[in-house]
Amino acid sequence: MADRKITAPQPNPETQAYWDAAAEGKLLIKKCNACGEVHFYPRAHCPFCFSDNTAWQQASGAGVVYTYSVMRRAPVPYAIAYVTLAEGPTMMTNIVDCDLDGIKIGQKVKLVFKPSEGGPPVPCFAPV
Amino acid sequence: MSIKGKSNIIGVYEHPTRLATDKTVPQLHAESARGAIEDAGITKDDIDGYFCAAGDTPGLGALSMIDYMGLKLKHWDSTDTGGSSYLLQVGHAAEAIAAGKCNIALITLAGRPRAEGMATGTAPRQPSVPFPETSFETPYGPATANMYAMCAMRHMHQYGTTSEQLAWVKVAASHHAQYNEHAMLRDVVTVEEVVNSPMIADPLHRLDCCVISDGGGAIIVARPEIAKSLKRPKVSVIGCGESPKNQYGGKNLDLTYSGAVVSGPLAFAEAGVKPGDIKYASIYDSFTITVVMQIEDLGFCEKGQGGRFVSDGNLISGTGKLPFNTDGGGLCNNHPSNRGGLTKVVEAVRQLRGEAHPAVQVRNCDIALAHGTGGSLGTRHGAATVIMERE
Repeated sequence: MADRKITAPQPNPETQAYWDAAAEGKLLIKKCNACGEVHFYPRAHCPFCFSDNTAWQQASGAGVVYTYSVMRRAPVPYAIAYVTLAEGPTMMTNIVDCDLDGIKIGQKVKLVFKPSEGGPPVPCFAPV
Repeated sequence: MSIKGKSNIIGVYEHPTRLATDKTVPQLHAESARGAIEDAGITKDDIDGYFCAAGDTPGLGALSMIDYMGLKLKHWDSTDTGGSSYLLQVGHAAEAIAAGKCNIALITLAGRPRAEGMATGTAPRQPSVPFPETSFETPYGPATANMYAMCAMRHMHQYGTTSEQLAWVKVAASHHAQYNEHAMLRDVVTVEEVVNSPMIADPLHRLDCCVISDGGGAIIVARPEIAKSLKRPKVSVIGCGESPKNQYGGKNLDLTYSGAVVSGPLAFAEAGVKPGDIKYASIYDSFTITVVMQIEDLGFCEKGQGGRFVSDGNLISGTGKLPFNTDGGGLCNNHPSNRGGLTKVVEAVRQLRGEAHPAVQVRNCDIALAHGTGGSLGTRHGAATVIMERE
């Protein structure tokens, strides 16, 4: 079955580095140099202590499915999910390259990238 | 400053249309306003405050609608928290009245997603101007149904909630809707029919989802002295609470609870009542899971026990412990403009006045609660709770 068409992300000055890294197959998260917390989605300001001293950190790409749902009413059914990264934050994503009926909460997944329609690739996850 | 007892709901109106191909959105706002004005027994010129949600009022905030309706105001507010806006705006109107900023406040809602052919629940929405999170969510296809479905999936995993338990919410709504001549879906359904309806987004079936309808509604809130001069039964606003819930930077994300954990206790504390005092509850029902989570978060049962609580007809008026959405709610009656908060207040006021359909009227209904969430339980949302008392 053909893959679902993925709407292109729109990089901006705050997120350009994230999407540049995605094009190289890397997933970045933000870490606050003031309080040490990591967060997602990435912002210039830490949403915990509000410091603007934040830095990019590469995520390992390992994660666990927090929750998911398979959308059946779509031209191509797809699995939206929240994956909790090994580094801590939980991010919205798709679970791909698998039998959608076999996805489970708590399942270990790994980072893969899927092309978008005319934009940078987006980080998705596949079962380990 | 408390708002308890400082304002009354003097007029309510639910537009009877469910498909408005021949009307504009401003027209539906105005028709709804006229209905509430007539219900209250006042005139348009008596209104000096207007409250709405920017998202369903065409124009810059409230300005175009204020101009369209020819209102002369001292105070207004167009805060938009999605479907819960109108519950939140009852609280804001009560605050403004208590503070002396206005005397009679009009709240309106209108929209026509059905006439416009909107796939409300299943088509991902792309904002025209990107939100800060857009590029980190939109590529993954977040529609409305699959976001609430992720809450349901996690709730089932964590608490053992079942599809059959969720189905009881719809069954109860359908029992009520059979008596509402304006309801879109009037057939009584069974648990089996709900769980055997087509899967939309696992684990939510078609009958776990609310209707898509056109229409609108209006509420009028006024100083108690004004309410006393009118001929309608008196409904006092005794407690309000509101709260946003967000993702907190992705740290310890928990999709099994809603902002009701904050808005509910705030409203109960202000009203000086407990969940056990509530005789009737309007609970936002965009999906069956929405009701289960909010009932838990409002304290009607322990967290995680919502599935058991709603089972076996416990939400059906006349037999259940917590009669809910006796108009049929969003699941069966009406979800105008994809925003169910206003009709939640309308049915609660009908119950407190003793004007609900006789088959669903709660006996001795002296205290009622209306609660809603707007935005998405799966990402970020605004919750609002209103507690009202019959005088």
